[in-house]
Amino acid sequence: MQLDVHSEPQAERSRKRACKVPQSIREFSDQRTDASAVVITCSALLREITAISRANGWTHLQTQSISAELHNFPEKIPAAVKQHIDAAKAKGQQVFVAYGDCGTGGLLDAMLEEEGIERIPGAHCYEFFSGGERFNQFHEDEIGTFYLTDFLVRHFDRLVIRGLGLDKKPELEPMYFGHYRKLLYISQSDDEGLKRQAQAAADRLNLTFEHYAGGSGDLGAALESFNRRIAVELK
Amino acid sequence: MQMSDVEELYDEEELDLTTLPDDELVEQMFDDLYNGLREEIMEGTNILLERDWSPSRVLNEALVAGMAIVGVDFRDGILFVPEVLSAANAMKGGMEILRPLLAETGAESVGKMVIGTVKGDIHDIGKNLVAMMMEGAGFEVIDIGINIPVEDYLEALEEHKPDILGMSALLTTTMPYMKVVIDTMKEKGIRDDFIVLVGGAPLNEEFGDAVGADGYCRDAAVAVDMAKEMVAQKRAA
Repeated sequence: MQLDVHSEPQAERSRKRACKVPQSIREFSDQRTDASAVVITCSALLREITAISRANGWTHLQTQSISAELHNFPEKIPAAVKQHIDAAKAKGQQVFVAYGDCGTGGLLDAMLEEEGIERIPGAHCYEFFSGGERFNQFHEDEIGTFYLTDFLVRHFDRLVIRGLGLDKKPELEPMYFGHYRKLLYISQSDDEGLKRQAQAAADRLNLTFEHYAGGSGDLGAALESFNRRIAVELK
Repeated sequence: MQMSDVEELYDEEELDLTTLPDDELVEQMFDDLYNGLREEIMEGTNILLERDWSPSRVLNEALVAGMAIVGVDFRDGILFVPEVLSAANAMKGGMEILRPLLAETGAESVGKMVIGTVKGDIHDIGKNLVAMMMEGAGFEVIDIGINIPVEDYLEALEEHKPDILGMSALLTTTMPYMKVVIDTMKEKGIRDDFIVLVGGAPLNEEFGDAVGADGYCRDAAVAVDMAKEMVAQKRAA
């Protein structure tokens, strides 16, 4: 089953289109040392943050990313983020963390509170790509939903199939996905190729497929808010 | 040597488990568990039973001891979730043979546990591992499944009167529901009738304390050790 979910108001759709992510942007950490602010993020979000930053001309903003593979070891995320915070503070940079809780069980937030650093609200990236309220609705509609973003579609084989060992041990698939019913692709870009890949991923896992064009979701607004705040502080 | 030659060499030297003495067979079963070889584990289990090993001896000396090695290497970061699941799947094969035999022998249960994944959460890999290891350790385990609301937990406690309530969650968004269950138990005046153990990837000891659990179990082996100790303390009191 293929179903596009496009029920958000027109104004919200327009805002998301404005944040559309160019396909040409590659994943990388911006190594500039003269930036006055830094966004510490997961490599799963780097492409979108870089696109938003460039589209808005935020040349004062540096990005530092941490490998998405750390999601398999969430207990290591707070320390990895803290390392970047320490480095940024040593350079006198303003810091924003674009990371979900990502299974740290509140440990990331506890560390950020001690450091006095702001984070985009949300438990997972697919939550703020769809918007908190809408994500809750997705979860209520079908508790057995497996979520993919653009990044996760691109790296589905590496992070999901090989990451869960399903290439070598396909017999484990029912143990991982036995209770899932649906795959929901929350897209950031308007890319038919990615959509086809997401559909193929759903077929591969024997799940029904749905698509929701989330755009940058709450991420763009959170970055804008951070920029407004530091603009005042940097004056 | 070509790869095909290597494969032929292994084909020719396929191990016949029946030819191994007991100690070597058990060692081999440790390796087979480690490598997640379900059929071989089932075969080894049957061979030991045919050699008049009691079901509980097969369970403890071959399966549980083998899984302990897997557990240690998981904790040390040598094995990862796929390998542990594969090993658990193999152990499950052995357990399917032993379970009815253990029931027949009427071995006294070490304790009873009701376990379930909290409301809003469908993840049960960790819960299933804990349930299997607890069963392997001699506990009677009543697994009430996934997405369990507080009413169902309370109903299961009333019906089965276990020593332990186990709750699991994988999501940061669902783990606070454990507090809902524990607080409801307090309201009903039944909290102290049960040992409450909690576990799941995003949890930690501080969270366990904060929600009022008796213990946070970071993995299945810890859950077994903690359960044994707490049940023994409760019964001694």
